[in-house]
Amino acid sequence: MIELFGASISLEPIWLTLQVAAVTTVILLLLGTPLAWWLARTRTRWRVVIEAIVALPLVLPPTVLGFYLLIVLNPNGAVTQFLRGFGFEGQLTFSFTGLVIGSVLYSLPFAVQPLMHAFESLSERLLDAAATLRAGTLDRFFSVVVPLSRRGFLTAATLSFAHTVGEFGVVLMVGGNIPGQTRMVSIAIFDHVESLAYTEAHVLSAMMLVFSLVVLTLVYGLNRRFGVKVG
Amino acid sequence: MLRGQLTLRAGDFLLDSGEFEIETTGVTALFGRSGSGKSLLLRAMAGLDPQTRGHLHFGTERWQDGRWRLPASCRDIGFVFQDAALFPHLDVRGNLDYARRRAPGVTVASMVAIAEEVGIAHRLDQDVGSLSGGERQRVAIARALVSRPRLLFMDEPLSALDWGAKAELLGLIETLAASTGVPILYITHAPLEVERLATRVVFMAEGRIERVETLRDALARPDSPLFDEEGPVSVFEGELGAPGDFGLLPFNTPGARLWLVGTPGRKPGAARLRILARDVALALDAPGRASILNQLAVTVEHIEPESGGRVTVVCRLGDGQRLLAQITAWSAHTLALAPGMAAFALIKSVALVD
Repeated sequence: MIELFGASISLEPIWLTLQVAAVTTVILLLLGTPLAWWLARTRTRWRVVIEAIVALPLVLPPTVLGFYLLIVLNPNGAVTQFLRGFGFEGQLTFSFTGLVIGSVLYSLPFAVQPLMHAFESLSERLLDAAATLRAGTLDRFFSVVVPLSRRGFLTAATLSFAHTVGEFGVVLMVGGNIPGQTRMVSIAIFDHVESLAYTEAHVLSAMMLVFSLVVLTLVYGLNRRFGVKVG
Repeated sequence: MLRGQLTLRAGDFLLDSGEFEIETTGVTALFGRSGSGKSLLLRAMAGLDPQTRGHLHFGTERWQDGRWRLPASCRDIGFVFQDAALFPHLDVRGNLDYARRRAPGVTVASMVAIAEEVGIAHRLDQDVGSLSGGERQRVAIARALVSRPRLLFMDEPLSALDWGAKAELLGLIETLAASTGVPILYITHAPLEVERLATRVVFMAEGRIERVETLRDALARPDSPLFDEEGPVSVFEGELGAPGDFGLLPFNTPGARLWLVGTPGRKPGAARLRILARDVALALDAPGRASILNQLAVTVEHIEPESGGRVTVVCRLGDGQRLLAQITAWSAHTLALAPGMAAFALIKSVALVD
């Protein structure tokens, strides 16, 4: 608890939000990179379908995604039972794990799309050149693709992080509102408003506003700087 | 030696090389019109396209067998692309270093030595974006050489350059081919580049390899695709001497001495000379006083069938070198030219290949 502008603010939701966002971002970069690479390079007809699926969270109400996740991840569901077979204890819904799973799916397009565009604009010729200079597949990826796509990675990471920080519907459905465990900032604000604690809501909202503005300014600033160098 | 048969589809175009066997020493030119499949063949040979099928051996090494393909990164080759393909996130030194760090046993000193030989040592710390077209290609060539290739592929490396840079780079490639001894496969659709560089020519048309032959043989065929633009050409290899009176330069080739004018600043040494067949006239009697500088005694070997009112006469010099003359069918008829006849070739103009 801290005192700010006469409101006592619990730090737990803030800390939890940052943790979920950080873990989600890392997972999204790890999963999103190969997926975006595949989407950028493949010539299969299925590409459009996969692209549509990836983009779904952009148009779907978060509650829909959250609802389905609740069904799929429920403690008696196949997924949880399957994991139990590997010694998994606890549950997927109403837990940190659930929050992360929901956030990963919900923020997927924000990671995949910038990466895909970065990979698509990469000249195939450069990869060919690297191959003839004895660079194997992974070597090419880390020595050519990553440095030339750093704007894409930067955008993907920031948008994933920021979008996770700002989500509400999915986390409410999958995570619920357990103080200290699944209550994230956006839900805390909702709570405060519900209980007419407007001062607390004001402080938290202002913090979110400033945070988002700072993050976006940083991204655009960095993009601009890198842009000059890369182009 | 490259031996094999490769197929590769790109959109509607099908490369189907047919069985081929290409000696890999010196410079081998891949010649054909645009759209004949030269670039595709080179990519298939280099292992750059996973859709390639067929089989390919380099010496005793298996490079392609059906769907199986030795990755390009394991073939110890170099590749110079039409657009240089320099890494934009690295400076010139970084580009060369990229090759050096992946090539076994190449020291920084030898990398710098190559940069000097290629003429970009003073650009090492520059951004690749700041280079001119010619410099970009030089860096690309240096980068390929730093990786110590056993075979160097070049895909029209000069096509994007202006006339001056083209001439300079052509000279550089010629020098490097001789000094490094790396065999080169060189794509071009410019007959002049073939005549300047090549020891061997692979002719391509409509996705097939039509023929593989030495430059000498290719030039001895009056119907050679090399002649499509300017008509038949004879190319002589010889030594350029020092300039004498009136700016005349002697060019010595076994069996003949020719004289050139109007090439100031050209250093003596090995050179190739080209003579367009349409610049060669034939006379049965030794011409008396005439303004034509180069007159050679030849023997008529063979007369090609008429086309468009002209015939190409294949002549031989004393040492067996061939000289092509293009004259009107009427002249050939009036002079009653026949194989075995002695004649004099009057050459209106000769030019160095550069």
